Amino acid sequence: MSDAPALTALRCKDLLGIADLSAAEITLILDTAEAMKEVATRPIKKVPALRGKTVVNLFFEPSTRTRTSFEIAEKRLSADTLNIAIGSSSVVKGETLADTALNLEAMAPDMIVLRHSSSGAGHLLSRICRSGIINAGDGTHEHPTQALLDAFTIRERKGRLSGLKVAIIGDLQHSRVLRSNIQLLTKMGADVWVSGPPTLIPAGMRDFGVTATPNVDEAIDGADVIMLLRIQLERMEGAYFPSLREYFNVFGMTENRLRLARPDVMIMHPGPMNRGVEIASEVADGPYSVILEQVANGVAVRMAVLYLLAGGVDHEEAA
Amino acid sequence: MPTTVMDADRIGRTLTRIAHEIVERNKGVEDLALVGVRTRGVPIARRIARALREITGHEVPTGALDITLYRDDLMRHAVGPQPLVRRTEIQFSIDNRKILLVDDVLYTGRTTRAALDALIDYGRPKAIQLIVLVDRGHRELPIKADYVGKNLPTSLEESVQVRLQEIDGVDEVVLEQGGSI
Amino acid sequence: MKKLLKGGRVVDPRNGLDGAFDVLIDGDRIARVGRDLPADGATVVEIPADLVICPGLIDMHVHLREPGQEHKETVATGTAAAVAGGFTAVACMPNTIPVNDSANVTTLILSKAAAAGLARVYPIGAVSKGSKGELLADIAELRQAGCVAISDDGHPVATALLMRRALEYAGMFDMPLIEHCEDPTLKGDGVAHEGFHASSLGLRGIPGAAEALGVERGVLLAELTGSRLHIAHMSARASIRGVRKGKEAGVRVTCEVAPHHFTLTDEALQSPTAYDTNTKMNPPLREAADRDAMLAGIADGTVDAIATDHAPHHYDEKQVEFDRAPFGIVGLETAVSLTFDRLLHTGLVRLPRIVELLSANPAHILKIPGGTLSEGAVADITILAPELKVRVHARSFRSRSKNTPFDGWELRGGVAATIVGGRTVFANAEAGLTTL
Repeated sequence: MSDAPALTALRCKDLLGIADLSAAEITLILDTAEAMKEVATRPIKKVPALRGKTVVNLFFEPSTRTRTSFEIAEKRLSADTLNIAIGSSSVVKGETLADTALNLEAMAPDMIVLRHSSSGAGHLLSRICRSGIINAGDGTHEHPTQALLDAFTIRERKGRLSGLKVAIIGDLQHSRVLRSNIQLLTKMGADVWVSGPPTLIPAGMRDFGVTATPNVDEAIDGADVIMLLRIQLERMEGAYFPSLREYFNVFGMTENRLRLARPDVMIMHPGPMNRGVEIASEVADGPYSVILEQVANGVAVRMAVLYLLAGGVDHEEAA
Repeated sequence: MPTTVMDADRIGRTLTRIAHEIVERNKGVEDLALVGVRTRGVPIARRIARALREITGHEVPTGALDITLYRDDLMRHAVGPQPLVRRTEIQFSIDNRKILLVDDVLYTGRTTRAALDALIDYGRPKAIQLIVLVDRGHRELPIKADYVGKNLPTSLEESVQVRLQEIDGVDEVVLEQGGSI
Repeated sequence: MKKLLKGGRVVDPRNGLDGAFDVLIDGDRIARVGRDLPADGATVVEIPADLVICPGLIDMHVHLREPGQEHKETVATGTAAAVAGGFTAVACMPNTIPVNDSANVTTLILSKAAAAGLARVYPIGAVSKGSKGELLADIAELRQAGCVAISDDGHPVATALLMRRALEYAGMFDMPLIEHCEDPTLKGDGVAHEGFHASSLGLRGIPGAAEALGVERGVLLAELTGSRLHIAHMSARASIRGVRKGKEAGVRVTCEVAPHHFTLTDEALQSPTAYDTNTKMNPPLREAADRDAMLAGIADGTVDAIATDHAPHHYDEKQVEFDRAPFGIVGLETAVSLTFDRLLHTGLVRLPRIVELLSANPAHILKIPGGTLSEGAVADITILAPELKVRVHARSFRSRSKNTPFDGWELRGGVAATIVGGRTVFANAEAGLTTL
């Protein structure tokens, strides 16, 4: 009979944010994702691990990329998936998140993958529902599976996270990907620099354990990894910066600027990209870009999270 | 008081004997492949491959199978720890091959059932044969090993521990009181 | 009907009293305060020596929600909560539906208060019609009907010009303008104090400067017009700096702080429960330096009053995403315990100062009866129990709403009894007073 495998678990029934994960739990997820990645290479890209489990993808914000990634991950684990896309009209009609949740809860899904425009929506849902909640992006708070797949991609290429210099550039204020990545990378021992227009650097950045500077060149000097965040075009109206042209000139990632980083630097972007704003096309399509790898790894990482949260045995049984 | 049922010497001779049986029964090793069930099935499979090479001069492809995601005892409880999943590494096609599934101990048969399901998701082998180092009885499913190192009748209160050089630093099969493994 | 309260510790700072005195109540008036008063036909009530007798507490900033939002609170439930919290009088803000910008609404509120017969209610009228910030409300009419101050609370007065006019006009009656200080563009759509905790949680921030800017404006206009300005619910250290400078320059400005702003900080956004909508109010809970500045102002006299900004909201309204939840928490039934626990028992201030903050000063600012135990004054009396162990239990609140962040807190200090016009309207069984 096989040796009893190490029993390991995530402490919480939900994944609401990297803030709630320890470094050991992060490592567990990444290690499990490695095994999950192999499933995609099989002729039958399916394992029965979540057979009979129901997972609801509850998306209050539209998202093809993340939702598809979760759906594929769920199906590869043989779970039954249900996609609920709630348009803003339902919200206008007055059904609260709490009521939507209670209605869902009555049908006893095992897990709910939630994307919502309000920070903390997952926390509210978790208080109401017994199902495990996976946060697929809540307002400007966190997007934990994105940070996990980013970390997976970095670890795959560089072999580690600790000691790497990672620069994150862009609209820091409104980015949930930023907050999740900062939490994860600092927990795993990376040296994190963040940069962008001073109008978009969140208050209290110093207390996050990162170096914040509006000087992009300083941030990417000798960097192992550069993550670019999307600039939303509406930010110009909020008087955060004068124009996209100026943004690109001062903060954009061009081939020329890239020379300041290490020769084996990785360029990452959570997508979707604004070519010519935060990133020049040559960089996006260039040899340093791992943007498509990130997408591929997303499925493996989400499979790992679903598997680890969906529950299992608490003791070894005879095989 | 744990009893040593097989020592290093005995294990070595047993695996050699099994290798000979494989060659005889399959009339050669042309379309064979070995797949070890993680964790201890893997080094056993590799040793058998080595023995087969010595006997026939042929390199029999060997792979490692993680059956965690196929276990029938997953997800039985509402919230709880998951067994750690490890990588499956089968670098060759299993279609139209005779697969020799290798495990250390055959007990209830559930691991073998999971391994069969996993293998069939991988492809369509011509046949699957089961090799175990120890068969300790108490089957819960209709599973039979084709090659058995040692038949070891046990009671449910006993446990069989297989230790291998590659993993545990020593080769031995030990029968202990208490727990069921 | 005469009652003689015998044996308690009387604290009446306006009359310079702090010690063991007897209080003789005749009908709805205070007849005498002195040592060893003879009973002389009065019912004698023995007051345990550890209880404190003081002029009735006055909360000068509450939202009673009637008319228009009776699902949150009514004048009846609000005044019941008030007396349970030790308050003999409250001043209620005009942001009802419709806004209290006319005698009709003022009269409605007063008649509901009379029918309930619990705490006295002093309405605050609107500054502008509908609080829309365009035209002045009928301030004289409001005063005639019974309003004691004007405010567009909920937001700042819309323009400096309008605020100037309102100050000048209300100055005719020497009525204070109570201002919710805020620069709307800096506040924007913020929901929490701009700082590390809001950043961590992805909540849009409101900087302290938004409030302080409003304070600066108000102080300058109060100086310009010579009228009285009262700063509502102050929370930021820069605000208190502005008030201090104004007072030093002789401007007639006063200010209040709510108990949650001298107790909690923005850390409450994350712990013990992240995104607890009962930590959402405007102005928001700020960082430790701001809370400490409020405490310092309470100690050094810059802060004139403690007022709760009691803002009841129905459970369903708060059971939503943080940024969609309405601002505000209830406060009438926790104010006294928090004041004792955080101000008295920490040694920050002594009892006479507490009575000033909760009674004498509010009466003085609003120019309403009360605030003293002088002979002939209304017999509005609060009996406090500074050593009483209190466990906050929101479900038992008399307020219709239970939106408080203090549920389950164990505090030292509470209310023993509340007497309005000589009548006992609230008595706490646990405080050791058997007859009153």
